[in-house]
Amino acid sequence: MDNGIVEKLCEEFGSEGASTSVAHGIAVIELDRGQLLPVVGRLKEGHGFDMLLDVTAVDWPGREPRFDVIWHLYSTRHFVRVRLKTRVAEADPVVDTLTGLYGSAGFMERECHEMYGIVFRGNADLRPILLYEGFQGHPLRKDYPKQQEQPLVPYRTTRNP
Amino acid sequence: MSTELPNPIRPAFTEPTDESHVIVNIGPSHPATHGTIQIVTELDAEKVVRTDVHCGYLHRGFEKECESHTWHNLIPYVDRLNYCSALINDFAYCETVETLMGIEVTPRCRYLRTLLSEYARVADHLTCVAASLMELGAMTAFLYLVTIRDYIYEHLADLTGARLTYSYGRIGGLANDLPEGWLERLAEILEQYEEFVGRVHGLMDRNRIFIDRMRDVGVISTADAVNWGYTGPILRSTGVPRDLRKDTPYLAYAELDFEVPVGIKGDNYDRYFVRMREMDESVHMMHQLMKMLPDGPVTVDDRRCVLPKKELVYNEIESLINHFKLIIDGPQVPAGDCYVAHESANGELGFYIVSDGSGTPWKVHCRAPSFVHMGGAHLMLNGYQLADIVPTFGSINMIGGECDR
Repeated sequence: MDNGIVEKLCEEFGSEGASTSVAHGIAVIELDRGQLLPVVGRLKEGHGFDMLLDVTAVDWPGREPRFDVIWHLYSTRHFVRVRLKTRVAEADPVVDTLTGLYGSAGFMERECHEMYGIVFRGNADLRPILLYEGFQGHPLRKDYPKQQEQPLVPYRTTRNP
Repeated sequence: MSTELPNPIRPAFTEPTDESHVIVNIGPSHPATHGTIQIVTELDAEKVVRTDVHCGYLHRGFEKECESHTWHNLIPYVDRLNYCSALINDFAYCETVETLMGIEVTPRCRYLRTLLSEYARVADHLTCVAASLMELGAMTAFLYLVTIRDYIYEHLADLTGARLTYSYGRIGGLANDLPEGWLERLAEILEQYEEFVGRVHGLMDRNRIFIDRMRDVGVISTADAVNWGYTGPILRSTGVPRDLRKDTPYLAYAELDFEVPVGIKGDNYDRYFVRMREMDESVHMMHQLMKMLPDGPVTVDDRRCVLPKKELVYNEIESLINHFKLIIDGPQVPAGDCYVAHESANGELGFYIVSDGSGTPWKVHCRAPSFVHMGGAHLMLNGYQLADIVPTFGSINMIGGECDR
């Protein structure tokens, strides 16, 4: 892993107001959601982060704003990862979609949408992917009870002979 | 009794773009695909015009379930992600937790994990290649390959007690050391591997029927593969040597001599050949590792995560308390988050974990290569024949356990 690049990224984005750090070899950039598209665009075009690895969220109930949305990018040129973090509130869980920059964002944003209820503005296809059509609620939110069941096919009520 | 059941999916399209086209639904439980996947296709006669891929039929709430167990109790769950190479999942997950805890495993553990990761990779590639060949009618090749795979499974059962889902990794080490005579049997199996895989090369590589079905089918370019998040053999089949074992070496890979095989044009034939060659490289690595394997303990001596010895538990109050604390509260992982990726048989397998400082994860997220690969599967399906869906899907090697989590 080339640490020179990690430090360069931290310096460059840190000087522009984003909060940056290095955690276990990965550059972490915490930014406002408004900065997301320009920052990712620059990371992709200017720094060679050509692969979107992962999109997910973390729920912190009781904290305001409640959700962290997290992206991991990878550079197949420099072999370096970068993590982007932004905070969104429960009342307005909207961030911009990255489908315009990375094809892989499509499925991952669909998963994050159904699991946490994060809305990716500009992604027209946020249909359920792991869950089914009509599923109520967002199961990876901490207030969704683990035991809650909502079977699509009703359970059999009589025993088989 | 016949009540109308709701459709679990909403297809991206329900009307054909041309009146001569027809929409055909394949799956989720189609006998010709191994894996529960649903593909809605629009066909122009035999040609696939567009596809809408749906997964999730094996979703079982892995990430939700992880949040109510201790860090150690998750190991059997991560086994069941990619059940063809469960050991790689084990080691990737354990290393993620160890990174957050600041634990460095013992040298013997590091080499053993590398050896077993490569062994698991061979088993995974054997499964993938065997299944895709069988779907093309090559029953003999299938039987040769799964013969070797079965030797491997039996051999791993000697080590771990299970054939498929081993639960063998531990945070801070491994469940146990190698049994007597295990490496000797490994050398025998690797010799038999050469013989059986040699036969499969003889049957398939220059086989006209095989080439006609595989060459120039399911082609993906490097640019598309990178843009759609492809890693592992599929990305390498397009001709770029991107492999985490070389690019960001972890475990003992930096000390090993191996090549990264690549394809020419990213079609099904290249993916077959990349996997076959990768197995050879894995065997080459295992021969080196068998010579390099140092003596010593397989588990670190760290009371935060490793259970004390049974003699101590029975005879010493501190160890008894330690044992209970580790079982009931779980290992205390410092608050923070961490992402660690290993090169699994299918590509980049990453774990992103968030800890609030307790013995139970706040969040465990698995970056599953199969799921990401399904997101771009239409690129390899559209434009080819309906019958090509089966070998192309086989060469992507989607593993439901990992894709749907």
